[in-house]
Amino acid sequence: MRFLFKTDYEDDIKLFPHSGYVVSYGILIALLLIAPHVLSSYVMSQLVFVCIYAIVGVALLILTGFTGQASLGHAAFLAIGAYTAAYLQKYNVPFPVYFLAAGALTGFIGALVGFPALRLTGIYLVIATISFALIVEEILARWESVTHGNEGMRVKTLSLLGVAVPRDSPTFYYLCLAVLVLTIVGTLNLLRSPTGRAFVAIRDSETAARSMGVNVALYKVKSFAISAAITGFAGVLFAHKLSFISPEMFTLQLSIEFIIVILIGGTFSLHGAVLGAIFIVMIDPFLTYLKDDMPGIIAGIAAAFGAGTATAAEIQSKVAAFASLNGLKGAIYGIIIVLFVLFEPLGLYGRWLKIKLFFQLFPLYKRATFKRQKIYVKSERNR
Amino acid sequence: MLDFVQQLVSGVALGCVYGLIALGFVLVYKATEVVNFAQGDLMMLGGFFAFTFIGMMGLNYWIGFAGAVAAMALFGMVAERVVVRPILGYPQFSIIMVTIGLGYFLRSIAGMIWGTDDLKIETPFSQGVLRMGSLVLAYDKLSVIAATMILCTLLWLFFNKTTLGTAMRASSENMLAAYYMGIPVKRVVSIVWAISAAVATCAGVLLAPITFIHSNVGLVLGLKAFPAAVLGGFGSIPGAVVGGVLIGVIESMAGFYLPEGWKDVAPYLVLLAVLLLKPEGLFGLHVRKKV
Repeated sequence: MRFLFKTDYEDDIKLFPHSGYVVSYGILIALLLIAPHVLSSYVMSQLVFVCIYAIVGVALLILTGFTGQASLGHAAFLAIGAYTAAYLQKYNVPFPVYFLAAGALTGFIGALVGFPALRLTGIYLVIATISFALIVEEILARWESVTHGNEGMRVKTLSLLGVAVPRDSPTFYYLCLAVLVLTIVGTLNLLRSPTGRAFVAIRDSETAARSMGVNVALYKVKSFAISAAITGFAGVLFAHKLSFISPEMFTLQLSIEFIIVILIGGTFSLHGAVLGAIFIVMIDPFLTYLKDDMPGIIAGIAAAFGAGTATAAEIQSKVAAFASLNGLKGAIYGIIIVLFVLFEPLGLYGRWLKIKLFFQLFPLYKRATFKRQKIYVKSERNR
Repeated sequence: MLDFVQQLVSGVALGCVYGLIALGFVLVYKATEVVNFAQGDLMMLGGFFAFTFIGMMGLNYWIGFAGAVAAMALFGMVAERVVVRPILGYPQFSIIMVTIGLGYFLRSIAGMIWGTDDLKIETPFSQGVLRMGSLVLAYDKLSVIAATMILCTLLWLFFNKTTLGTAMRASSENMLAAYYMGIPVKRVVSIVWAISAAVATCAGVLLAPITFIHSNVGLVLGLKAFPAAVLGGFGSIPGAVVGGVLIGVIESMAGFYLPEGWKDVAPYLVLLAVLLLKPEGLFGLHVRKKV
């Protein structure tokens, strides 16, 4: 293990604290680059979704994790990005232009949403962003001259510099990966800049930030705009990956999924966004696995433990019936959210940190290191 | 004119249901500063319980109603104990997420148990209509309005006139101080959740003849109840009902007089306007910290 002794400001803002980071991230990037030549197309498709969810997760982290502004409206930003891309594409606008335009428009709308947020905190902000998302959803369904209403819009194949990039091709995956890496590096840089520090200051204490001279209003709006813009970029990729968009894809459910991404990953680190994205994308294959293979396996185990063939078949059919229940995914989501908030508030990345700390401090690790303290409710009403 | 009155009454009836759900939010918020995003789903579950008692087991309507309320009160207590109490006092975001998760879970479980079809409960009110001149008012809508008024009055009395109500208000201001003053804070919170689940059940059963019960009804109506609660000012019992009625009337009027699509958006536009102009709501307390 290696102790990091930070002796001056330069040490505190390093992008890579020590060479170990460079090596491990380098290996990760190299593995991701050779992935399309090794893995099956289904896995690659999942990886693209991981990239897209991770981009949105990073965007949401900037807002929720680092500025402390909760938002349940990010599906709307994703929708705006996707629809801008689909609309501009009809007029043969080249990809780089509409990619940037989608980000700019979404960022602008995000700033507009940020203004009401100046007066709202906590629960009111959540409700305001939910209503914003519902309004956007309704507009997408009704503004038929632009969005084609509930029929949805086709998104043509992406063409980059005159070369077609189909949504299943490795190039598209590289594009998503590049956007993700750029987003992460950009966010890291943002967070060590004065802007990012102002964000964190606002999260920790608005009053303290204000008294230190941080223009709270400006930075809150900025945070909304940046987060929305990044989500808009993700929206463009999302539209191209799905090749068809319609209003019912961008519901509150999707916003909640994004929140789950950062909640499960951990709301204090960018690693969390990526881990959470992997987790949420893996749920679908997991359910498929549960449906297809699990009944047989469980029946096999039952048979091995001395149950007769008849009972084994019975168990198999019961498990199969359970796995193909309609709302299973929703129930799993619900349980996951509750369990994570209750038992692992730091998320998957927090778990990793705990494991790491355990090995670093091996004989001296205290079990209570991460234990939550008892807190009593104090009214926020008369702040 | 007749159309207008007709719309007004159905708007008020619908609004009362929103108001009842909003009441649930407000009760829990008043006592613990927690916004229960699963309130609509508690309502849905209450409706399903009542359906099981009345529709499937064939009990008398009133007995089934009481049974559902009792069962849900118990359920509310259990939910509070298992899910909410461990994180009471932590940032609101965590608590919101927990209740959203709970809502997800209840919705899926209800879908698994009772299926995804629309269910209907036969009530003593579902047949008759009240005719006043050429105005036709359905009894089931009137029953919702009456029940809301009764419940609202009872709750208001409870909060302002009883010791337990005062204890709840005290523990919402500052739990630790309330605890030091000898208020059994944990029990108070449990009771609040029980009451709020019971109120939600009343809403679910009363609603059953109007919109039917299905597993997503809680989400749909719960989202409509937010504007109601915000409009009235979170934390005010009369405010919740007035806000609910306003939202119901706005929705009903927008559905009738404005082009299609406005009906679903209007409540949220009103909500955003209220949040911008008067975040403390119509009946909210405007408290200022004096230094």
